[in-house]
Amino acid sequence: MSTSLDQLRISRRAVLKGGALTVGFALTVTPGAALAQAVGGVSRRTDATQVDAYLAVNGDGTVTLYCGKVDLGQGLRIAIPQIAAEELGIGVDRIKYIEGDTALTPNQGRTSGSTGIQRGGMQIRQAAATARKALVDLAAQRLNLRPDDLIAADGEVRPKAGGDGIRFADLLDGRKFDVKLDPKAPLKDPASYTVVGKSLPRPDVAAKCLGTATYIHDLTLPDMLHARVIRPPAIGATLVAVDEGSIKDLAGARVVRLKDFLAVVADDEWTTVRAARSLRAQWSEASNLPVQDRLTETLRTAAGATAETLVTRGTPPSAQPQDTKTLSASYFWPMQSHASLGPSCAVADVRTDEATIWTASQGMHDNRVTYARFLGLPLDKVRLIYLEGSGCYGMNGHEDAAADAAILSRAMGRPVRVQWSRADELGWDPKGPPQLLDLSGSVDAEGRILDWRTEMWIPQTTKGLLNIPLLGPQAAGLDNVVGLNTGLISQNGDPPYEAAHMQVVVHWLKETPLRPAPLRSPGKPANCFAVESFIDELAAAARLDPVAFRLRGLKNPRGVELIKRVAAMMKWEPRASPGPNIVAAVARGRGMSYIHYKHSETFVAMGMEVAVEQASGRIQVERVVCAHDCGQMINPDGVRSQVEGSILQTISRVLMEEVKFDRSRVTSVDWTGYPILRFSDVPRIEIDLVDRPTEPPLGAGEAACAAVGAALANAVFDATGLRLRTVPFTPERVKAVQNSKAI
Amino acid sequence: MPSYRLRINESDLSVESADSAKPLLYVLRGLGLTATKFGCGLGQCGACTVIVDGTAVQSCQLTVADARDKSITTLEGLGTAAKPHPLQAAFIAHQVPQCGYCTSGMIMTAAALLAKTRKPSESEIRSALELNLCRCGSHTRVVSAVMTAAEQRG
Repeated sequence: MSTSLDQLRISRRAVLKGGALTVGFALTVTPGAALAQAVGGVSRRTDATQVDAYLAVNGDGTVTLYCGKVDLGQGLRIAIPQIAAEELGIGVDRIKYIEGDTALTPNQGRTSGSTGIQRGGMQIRQAAATARKALVDLAAQRLNLRPDDLIAADGEVRPKAGGDGIRFADLLDGRKFDVKLDPKAPLKDPASYTVVGKSLPRPDVAAKCLGTATYIHDLTLPDMLHARVIRPPAIGATLVAVDEGSIKDLAGARVVRLKDFLAVVADDEWTTVRAARSLRAQWSEASNLPVQDRLTETLRTAAGATAETLVTRGTPPSAQPQDTKTLSASYFWPMQSHASLGPSCAVADVRTDEATIWTASQGMHDNRVTYARFLGLPLDKVRLIYLEGSGCYGMNGHEDAAADAAILSRAMGRPVRVQWSRADELGWDPKGPPQLLDLSGSVDAEGRILDWRTEMWIPQTTKGLLNIPLLGPQAAGLDNVVGLNTGLISQNGDPPYEAAHMQVVVHWLKETPLRPAPLRSPGKPANCFAVESFIDELAAAARLDPVAFRLRGLKNPRGVELIKRVAAMMKWEPRASPGPNIVAAVARGRGMSYIHYKHSETFVAMGMEVAVEQASGRIQVERVVCAHDCGQMINPDGVRSQVEGSILQTISRVLMEEVKFDRSRVTSVDWTGYPILRFSDVPRIEIDLVDRPTEPPLGAGEAACAAVGAALANAVFDATGLRLRTVPFTPERVKAVQNSKAI
Repeated sequence: MPSYRLRINESDLSVESADSAKPLLYVLRGLGLTATKFGCGLGQCGACTVIVDGTAVQSCQLTVADARDKSITTLEGLGTAAKPHPLQAAFIAHQVPQCGYCTSGMIMTAAALLAKTRKPSESEIRSALELNLCRCGSHTRVVSAVMTAAEQRG
């Protein structure tokens, strides 16, 4: 082998062994791989109520931050240090950052629900404020000055009036803070911010562009085996027999079987791929899935569903004026995959009395409990370390792959890396659940909503469920949870506009065809699609302009401002939909939607311009305009990146994505069967970020997703007069709606 | 075991493989060149794209036998932190990657385009990248970065 390649390999190992990989400009991010050359072994105070759990002042003048939330590409690795640096009074370049390690970082909950900044970041802001107060108090004693006369900046506390300061490290002199997070520790005035609000570059980006980033897929350990798990051909099938002779020609390949859990292992990854293809196994028959074409009826008539009224406001109108229009419509959002670009992967080193698991999961601490249970190990003997994977957007196969790796490592007595295949990922990742909504309402000629009712049929999350049921433990007959987890999918079923009477009823389903899990912006893309489409249906029935209709019923000034901004950017021409030229061969139209996420978080208004090719039914989104208010922005370019991603990913979900299945299995298991957005589908995107530095920061990773479906559907209606109420809006579906209308 | 001569990132080396059909992807990753990513193994996503004799090729679809004597460039061979390729510099400047799993394949595909087309139009860039998938939605930044790199090259 050539010298240069040897050097490259050696330098990469040396970098990992050295303990810190410097990336980007100066902020140091230590990847999980560096931190655990040996299993277990480290202990730190990780009690989330303690300042020491979040930050440590080092003798060299740097500060190490410990964050329980993880960065999946959404930018916490820069935003969290910006928050801490600002509040503490030290440069971002002197912050070292450690994320997602159950031995080192506090449990700040799953990195989900767009809570990285608004919860995780705010805990760290409060920790840094508490630390600053402690440092200023220490300096006051040493300098014989009042705390009010001192300022923390550049990693030291110094007199405001001038004169020498004392370095943080010297103030602490090797001691820890030993103080609880003080919810009343004074925060800096946003007007004085110099770090928060700046678009500093994300520190992982350079490494990702230079090819030096270490993903979970790239981690290797000494003596590590590669593995592929063979899932049954039918969901729920049991393993009858395995013909180990079928892979005897593959040197080094071995079969591992634990009850219905079947895998092949080898020293070399390619050998496992070949073995997984060649291995002959006999499975029982199973056909427990419903008929896909009748899924909506299956949901509507499911046995054992319980109804719950989520919202009731106002009183039903006793008599409706003569010019009242009353409408009803059903909307459906199908099961969708996280469709991560890289199939899930994990590495585990399980020994008789302790275990280390490297995973890209968004829920490190919760998973530790789950894995400790099925491994039969005490909690403190199981360590999970985060390494970035392919984008996940909720809960893809990462949790399962890590369980697979742990089971196999224990069985083999060696570290094991499990890599899922493309078919594994699209076939077996837990899916965003199906959502069926019936809407009805009435509107008068002035555009007043007199009555509104939303009924939804959705699976119910099992209370207190720490994790979802995992495939490996299930198949191997190990301890496993029973239940469903979908995320909070019933929110935003009620429109944010005034209505004389409003009711939202949910029919909680006990089961759903495929194992569900939270998928980006859980439930809200479907609910907002239905609600904001139906708002347009009411506006159209009353022959009113959709923007004016919304503004009439919306009172929240932050929301009103966003809708006005979008209308201005689009040069919105006030008129009712559909537009004047719905018979054009290529019909063009515009649509609008709005959401106040969870009715308590980020505000989004979105406008779209689409072209519909009537002969083929193909929809091209030509332009997206989005006004976005997530309160105080820590890193505006990070917000922008998340909003762009939310828009494009959800356009993909709305136009193309539906998990296909027969009575036994998922059948959409490659990128042909489960297509996603391509460059030719990408519209022009204009984003207007409204900064509100004195408001609390809110999430930016989910809210814009929710607004996409309705803006798109409303634009298609404006262009063609066709109302699309079932996702995805494939050309076949557009043609079907076109044909049903023609009849 | 049969061995194959490959030229990878301007170094000549000999790689042993019992299976002549082993995809180049696994050869590269086995050598520690892990910037090249496994996405599907089906030639459908572009995450494993490398440049082979000047052409963007999905390395999951090229066997080690067919790669014999060919000149292969991976993302690691394109540039370094000290001397990044104009595309790498532009991708960093535009803060393109989110998860970044597709980034290597995007840059390699774009590098092959820029090597052949001096000033590609936006639509030429999009169509060159049509087979590269991105799940995070970084597409508009990818296109902007490629335009920037093409312009800066002059």
